[in-house]
Amino acid sequence: MLDIGLGHYLSVAAVLFAIGMAGIFLNRKNVIVILMSIELMLLAVNINLVAFSQFLGDLTGQVFAFMVLTVAAAEAAVGLAILVAFFRTRGDIAVDDASLMKN
Amino acid sequence: MSVAVIAFYVFSFAILASALMVVASKNPVHSVLFLISTFIAAAGLFVLMGAEYLAMVLVVVYVGAVAVLFLFVVMMLDVDFVELKQGFLQYLPFGGAIAVLVVVELIMVVSVWAFPTDADLALAHPSPTAAQTVADPNGPTNIEAIGLILYTDYVHYFQIAGVILLVAMIGAIVLTFRTREGIKKQDAAAQVGRKREDGVELVDLPTGQGLS
Repeated sequence: MLDIGLGHYLSVAAVLFAIGMAGIFLNRKNVIVILMSIELMLLAVNINLVAFSQFLGDLTGQVFAFMVLTVAAAEAAVGLAILVAFFRTRGDIAVDDASLMKN
Repeated sequence: MSVAVIAFYVFSFAILASALMVVASKNPVHSVLFLISTFIAAAGLFVLMGAEYLAMVLVVVYVGAVAVLFLFVVMMLDVDFVELKQGFLQYLPFGGAIAVLVVVELIMVVSVWAFPTDADLALAHPSPTAAQTVADPNGPTNIEAIGLILYTDYVHYFQIAGVILLVAMIGAIVLTFRTREGIKKQDAAAQVGRKREDGVELVDLPTGQGLS
C-alpha cells in the first residue's frame, strides 16, 4: 500500500484496457466512441510499456511507447477521415449500415 | 503516505473514472472531454514514473491534436447520437462479463509474475545495453537519454514513424478530398493563354447609325 511498485501500474493499465474493451462492445453502433475506446486501450499499453521501462531500468520501453503513440495518432486521423467520408455518402454513421460492399 | 503515493492514487482514480465516463456518457462531446481528462491524468502518471518526455508528448499530441480532431468530427457530423446509444443496456451483460474476465486474467498475470531483481537483470545482460546505460538515474535527464538512443540505436524506427505519419496524412487528405461542382475558380493558365483576338472585336460603324 505504502510502496508503489510495478504491479500497481500494471493493475491500473489492466483495468483501463478492460474499460476500453468493454467500450467497444457497449457502443457497437457509435463509431466515434469505438475509436475513442481504441485510444484508451493504446493508452493502457503505453502505461505498461513505460512502467516496465522504468522498473527494469531500460529506456527501450519508452522508445517503443513513442512508436505506439505515433501509430495511435495516425490511426485516429485515418479512422476519422474514413468516418467523415462514410458520413458524406450515407448521411449516417451507424456501423450496422456499413455493409454496402457485402452484397 | 508520501506525496508520490497519494499522487499515484489520485491519478489512477482520475484515469479510471474518466475512462468509464468516456464509455458510458450519452453525449459524444462529453466523451471527448473525458478522454482529454484521461490523457492528462495519464501524463501525470508518466511523470510519476520518470518519463517526463512522454508525458509532455502525451499532452501535446493527444490533448492538442487527437482529442481536438475528435471534437471537430463529433461537432461536424450531424447525427442523432441518442439513437446510437440504444442497445447499450442490451450489450451490458456481455460486454461487462468480457471486461471482468480480462481484468481477472491480467491481474492474475501480474500477481504471479516473478519480477526480476537487479541480480537477475545483471545476469541476463552482463554488459548493459545502451538503453540501460542511459536509463541510469544519475545519468542524463529523461529527454537527453531518449535523444541519445532514439537518434542512434533506434534511428530506423524513428524514420519509419515519420513515414507512417506521412502515409496517414496523405491517406486522410485523399479520403476527405472532393471536387465540388459549380464553384467559380480562378484559372491562371486560361488567363495567361488569352489572346487579344479572344477579347477584342473591331466593328466598322457607318456614320449616323447605331450598332444594332
